[in-house]
Parts: sequence; structure tokens; C-alpha cells
Amino acid sequence: MINAAGREIPTSIQGYKNIIPYAGPFATQPSADARKAGPKLKAIYPGTNKLLQSIEEAIEASGLRDGMTISFHHAFRNGDYVMNAVIKAIAQKGIKGLTLAPSSFLDTNDELIPYFQQGVLVGAQTSGLRNKLGQFLTTNKIGTPTILRTHGGRVRAIESGELKIDVAFIAAPACDTYGNINGVDGPAACGSMGYAMVDARMADTVVAITDNLVDHPICPVSIPQHQVDFIVKVDCIGDPKGISTGALRLTSNPRDLQIAKLAAKVIERGGYFKEGFGMQLGAGAASVAAGKYLRDVMIRDKVAASFAIGGIVGPFCDLLDEGLIRTLFDVQSFDARTIQSIRDNPRHQEYDCTFYANPWNKGPMVNKLDYVVLGATEVDVNFNVNVMTDSNGIMMGALGGHPDASAGAKCTIIVAPLLRGRLPMVTDAVQTISTPGETVDVIVTDRGVAVNPKRADLIENLKGAGLPLMTIEQLRDMAYELGGKPAPLKISDEIVAVVEYRDGTVLDVIKRPLL
Amino acid sequence: MNKERLRRTVMYAAGNNPGLIQNAAIYGADSVIFDVEDSVSVAEKDSARQLVYHALKSLKFPCEIGVRINHISTPWGYKDLEYLLPAKPDYIRLPKGESGDEIRDIDKIITKAEEECGFEPGSIKIMVSIESPKGLRNAYEIASASPRMIAIAIGGEDFAASLKTEKTRGNTITGGRELYVARSMIVFAAREAGIQAIDSVFSDMRDEETLINEVALVKELGFDGKSCVNPRQIDIIHQVFTPSDKEIDYAHRVLNVFKEALANNSGVIALDGKMIDMPMVIRAERVLAIASAAGVYQKEESI
Repeated sequence: MINAAGREIPTSIQGYKNIIPYAGPFATQPSADARKAGPKLKAIYPGTNKLLQSIEEAIEASGLRDGMTISFHHAFRNGDYVMNAVIKAIAQKGIKGLTLAPSSFLDTNDELIPYFQQGVLVGAQTSGLRNKLGQFLTTNKIGTPTILRTHGGRVRAIESGELKIDVAFIAAPACDTYGNINGVDGPAACGSMGYAMVDARMADTVVAITDNLVDHPICPVSIPQHQVDFIVKVDCIGDPKGISTGALRLTSNPRDLQIAKLAAKVIERGGYFKEGFGMQLGAGAASVAAGKYLRDVMIRDKVAASFAIGGIVGPFCDLLDEGLIRTLFDVQSFDARTIQSIRDNPRHQEYDCTFYANPWNKGPMVNKLDYVVLGATEVDVNFNVNVMTDSNGIMMGALGGHPDASAGAKCTIIVAPLLRGRLPMVTDAVQTISTPGETVDVIVTDRGVAVNPKRADLIENLKGAGLPLMTIEQLRDMAYELGGKPAPLKISDEIVAVVEYRDGTVLDVIKRPLL
Repeated sequence: MNKERLRRTVMYAAGNNPGLIQNAAIYGADSVIFDVEDSVSVAEKDSARQLVYHALKSLKFPCEIGVRINHISTPWGYKDLEYLLPAKPDYIRLPKGESGDEIRDIDKIITKAEEECGFEPGSIKIMVSIESPKGLRNAYEIASASPRMIAIAIGGEDFAASLKTEKTRGNTITGGRELYVARSMIVFAAREAGIQAIDSVFSDMRDEETLINEVALVKELGFDGKSCVNPRQIDIIHQVFTPSDKEIDYAHRVLNVFKEALANNSGVIALDGKMIDMPMVIRAERVLAIASAAGVYQKEESI
């Protein structure tokens, strides 16, 4: 069957739940009698010691058995030691057939490949896949197809009961002796614990793993003691160099700056740039740089944003300090400056992923966005965006909050160079749809800006702003003229991953490429 | 293309770098030069020449494109011309210009190439940079040596070196004194010949403040534009060379009172209590012409 994004979706996929095809960004709602899922009822009475001696002991205590689902958070990014260490310990215990459902994978998780090969892990459910693990899961058949969910879609799946987490292992930068956790103290400080907060609330069993065990009670508390079953102290949970990038340097790449300048102009002239507007800027070079240009305009026109959300980067914290943003909501802190800010500035608020992006609650923050600026691997003439697969069809990206913010924002701006190397980035059809075109409003490239023809209001607003406005077809033609039209990939019929839209419908499938 | 075309920025891109060439023209520079001279090492001269040739033949550029050739006294200069002219650059940029004869020599070669390739006669222009005292002494002769001449430029670093001094940072109070005379003489020669004057590059990308000062200085001296090597400098240079709203408004009012005075046959013209005379009218016309070319002013009616 063909879904509302125009993709052919099979009626069934082995190892995947019943398929509901994508029907539009807000078409699929929870059923009237649906109730939120929840963790097991448990009681811990006075005198109980939650402290365990080792990860092995915690695995035993958690009751982990063959076939269960385990989770981790990715706030440590490439500095994370915990996921690999825990899975190694699980494998040594001979437990098999697990589904691994972290909030995302990163480059460091290549070490997990052998465990997929050995059958310790038989399924992956995640927002992103990178590097060799991404290559492995695109080119090999494991037990079940990988399920790719947006950040909001993952919480929706957990809270609706589709994704049941048996044991959550939470890397905790600071944890007290009764299980209260925060992310702002300790050698592995990562800032917001926004992803882990969901898992702590919803998993049957929660194991905190820390290298910074402190006296009870900790302050501030991000994950409260009443959600935590066990605590394990280890020598080291992560490498600070991989966790935060240090001071984020603004790009000096002239092409990124060119794109950023145009994106900032779109924000300025799009019609929503007014006192109290709300925004999210992605963490890519051009998105971050757009903030720099926007700052100049905000100061010039005396316009302040009421809030900014998303993964937060240092330049946003500077805007907060300058009074140009009134409050930040932070689900993931990208650099040292941001970690310092969320620790020290009360207007920089930590929030969890349901508050950020879950489409099935009573209102995530993305719903209040005026603007979001996001990157793309490629876009197509229907404004569909791919951030998931590369030009060989290999999974190498992350849905992240991209589809969530795009659906919520009044104006979604996608920034990308028209060509990468010699590859056109505006094409007839993206390889994988990760964000549907009907939620995308403006494509900003270094050589031209295209507005979704559905948005006549935006087109009107952006005329006369000095922007190189053109149709998306003109952008594609320019890209093809410079780089040539890419030959279609050779793809097998074998489905290796399912791209879920944030509401749990099937937006696209990823098939094993014939390399 | 004409001699009065806007050239606030003339940006260089190394001719041996495909990435630079591909994107050089997207940053809004008024004019871009693909360089096969100083930014290309001896070992890469021929490959750069080929790359630039094919870029000119197969890519479309939204702005004027020139090619900086090696000087004709080097082993590469004539070959550069022979190879690159059939690709029809908008102009040839000659470095280290020292005499009118060089220009007449190049003019002949271009004329021949235009004939052979079937290009419109006179369509390929010449811009020359002056980098030595000898070149400066002959600046007017160079500037007027061919109807193809559109601009002369000063090569600041080379010129300072040939004076046995160094290029200092131009600021409005003390800077750039070593080039003060040379810059002014370039402007004199260009104006006498009726062509444009372009200032040299400012090479510290991070120092925007001094760049702004230097651009303000050379604009005050009479230059039409400035060379640059990094796209980040384009907006800054344009900002200085593009008339502000206030300047446009004033120019507009000057021309209006002038027109009124002509209609009323009144001898003395005043605006805001100041006397308006002919040079001010000419300047106002020039401000509006630049503003119009820069796209910040639309002519309502001919004045």
C-alpha cells in the first residue's frame, strides 16, 4: 500500500507489529479508550540498601532474562562507557535474545556488533545509528528489523505500551546513596538528563550506574529516588571529552555561514519574528551560525524570544544571559557552556522528552514553536527530508527531534548545501523519508531558497527580502546541472529497518542495499 | 558589462581548488577572479589552467568572472592567455603591471582570440594591478593603454615590499601611511583615464574592525572597491561602499532642489541651510547610481 507520504509500505513486515501506514502529521490519534502504560508497582521500605557492588550484580538483581528489552540514554554521546560495558557483562552471563532500545546510538557503539552477531542482541529500537553499527544493521539481517523512532515518537511508544522497557541502565553523572540523580555534577557531567528521565519513570527496573556516588540527598534532583531500584558505583562512566565538545566554536566555513545568513533572513521576514516568539535551532554548523545572525537582528529590532528548546548549544545560553531569550528548555546539553548554564541559571530549565516532543500527550513544547531550523542529508521536490541514510542507502544519521519539531513549528526551515562534494542534495525523491514534506516549509541552500508552495503566506512575506527565492524544482535542476543526476541505488527487497513517524505509523522502510 | 559596473568587491579564488571555484560566486561578491598566479604553485600551473578553463566553459556564474594570469614575462603568462581566452572570461587580470606596452601586447592577443573564437570584439576586458614604483609612475599610461581597461588596482603587500617597508594596518588615524601616496596616485590615474580603482586585500580574516577602518579609508580616497580573499569580508566591504539610507535620502533631496532650481531659473540653491553647488550635485548623482546598482535604491524617475 502507498502511505500519505507516497511510499510503498508492505502490509506486513516479519518481526514488526501491525502496520499502520502514515496518514498525515496529525491524522493518527490514540484510541478513545487508550490508557498510559506504566511500570510495575514496587515498594521499597525503610532500611533497604540499593547499593550493589558491580554491574554483574545489578544485572542479576534486575531479574534480566532472555528476550527482555533494555534501555540506555545517549546524553554522553561519544563519551559513553556504560552501554558497551553493561552489554558486555550481560553477554558474559549468557543472557540472549535481548532488544536494545536506547534513546540513540553513537559512534562508540560499534563495539556492540559482535553481540548482534552472537544473538545476545536480536533487535534495535533507536533514534539514530551511525558508523559501523549503522552499516552492520543496514547490511545484515538480525532477529527483527530495526525500528527508528523520533525522540517524541519513542516516548509515545513507551507511554502507549508499544515499547516496554524491562530494565533501564542509567549512566548517572551524580547519584546519591538512595538513587537521586542529576546530570550537572561530577566528572562525567552531561547537563540535561531529559532522555533518561523518561526511562526512569517508565521502566520496570531502573539501575543507576555512577562514578560519582554522593551522600543523600543530592541537589538538584533530576531523576528522583522513588524511580530507582539499584545503584552501582564504577570507576568511570564516560570520557568528558566525548560527552561535551568543550566551547562550541562558531563555524568559519563560508558556505555554512552563507546558509546561516539566509536562514536568519527567513526567520526575520517570515512573519513570526515578533516579541515573544519561540524557536529551536539544530546543532549543525549552519543552524548554530543562524543564531549568530539572528542575534544581530534581535538586538537591532529589540525583539526577544520567549523561549528556545531542543538540544541546547552554548550560543543559546549567551542569548539567555543577554535577555534575548527568556527561558530555555533543555532535553540535551551539547557543550560545556550549556552544562554550566543549566547548572547555574534557573531560567535554563531541564525538561524530559515527553515535555519536549511526544505527540500523544497534552501538549509538548514543539507545539509552541514559531520557528525551527534543522539540517538535512538530502531533501526532495516534495520537501521530504532524509536525515537517516547516506547516498549508498546506509543508515548513518538520527531522526532525533527533527520530525517532532517540524510538525510542531509554524515555520520549519531546513538548511543544507545544494551539493556535498558532487552529490546533489535536492533531488527528485529522497532515499528515505525521515520528515514528511507537508511539515516542511522552507529549504535554504547556499545557492537558493525554496518555499513550500502550500505556504503562499510565507512566499508573500519573503518576497523583497533580498533572498534568492526559487522553486524547489529550480533548486533541483541547479543541483543536477552542477553534479549530475545520481543513478538510483540498487536495493534488495529485504527490509532491515522501519522508519516510524512520531505517531507510530510507518513513514518509510529501509531495505538492504545491494552494494 | 561596462566600465561603470559595480565592483565593490573583487574576490580571489585559487584556480587549483575545485571546491573554491565551484562556490566562489555564491557569496555575493560583485566580481570574482580565478587565480592561476600567486596562489598556485609552479607544479600546478598547468592543472590550474585546465581547471579554470573547464569551470568557465561548463559552469554558470551569477557575477562577473575574471582570470588572474601570470605576468607575460614569466614562462606561463602567454600560455595562460592562449589557453584561457577561448573560455571567455569577462576580463583578464594582469599582475605587476609596469607599462602601457604590456597592456597593448595583451590587447592584441585578446583581439586575435576574440576573432578566432567569434566573440564580440572588445568584449573581454582588462584589469591591471600595480605593485611597484615603476608601475605607479606609469599608472595613467597603463590605465589608458587600451579601451579594454576597466580598472587598475594596487597590490598593497607587493608595493610596500618594493618600497622596502611593510604594509601596516590601515586605520583612519595612523594606518596605511606607506601606501597613502600610492593609493591616491592610483585613484588619480584611474579617474583621469575614466576607469575604476580597486584597493588591495586585507589579509587578517579575524580583525573585522581594522578591515572596516581600512575600507572606510580607501573609500574616502576615492576607490570604487576592494579585493578580498575570504567571503566573510564581502558583507563588511559592501556595507561601507553601499550608500546608507541617510546618504540616499540626502542625495535624493539634493537632486530634487537642484531640479526645482533649474525649473525656476533660480541662481542660488540651498538645502537645510547649506549651499548646493555643482560638485554636490554630481556626487549626489553618483551616490544614487551606486545605490541603484547595489539594489538598495530604485530610481523613481530620471532627474
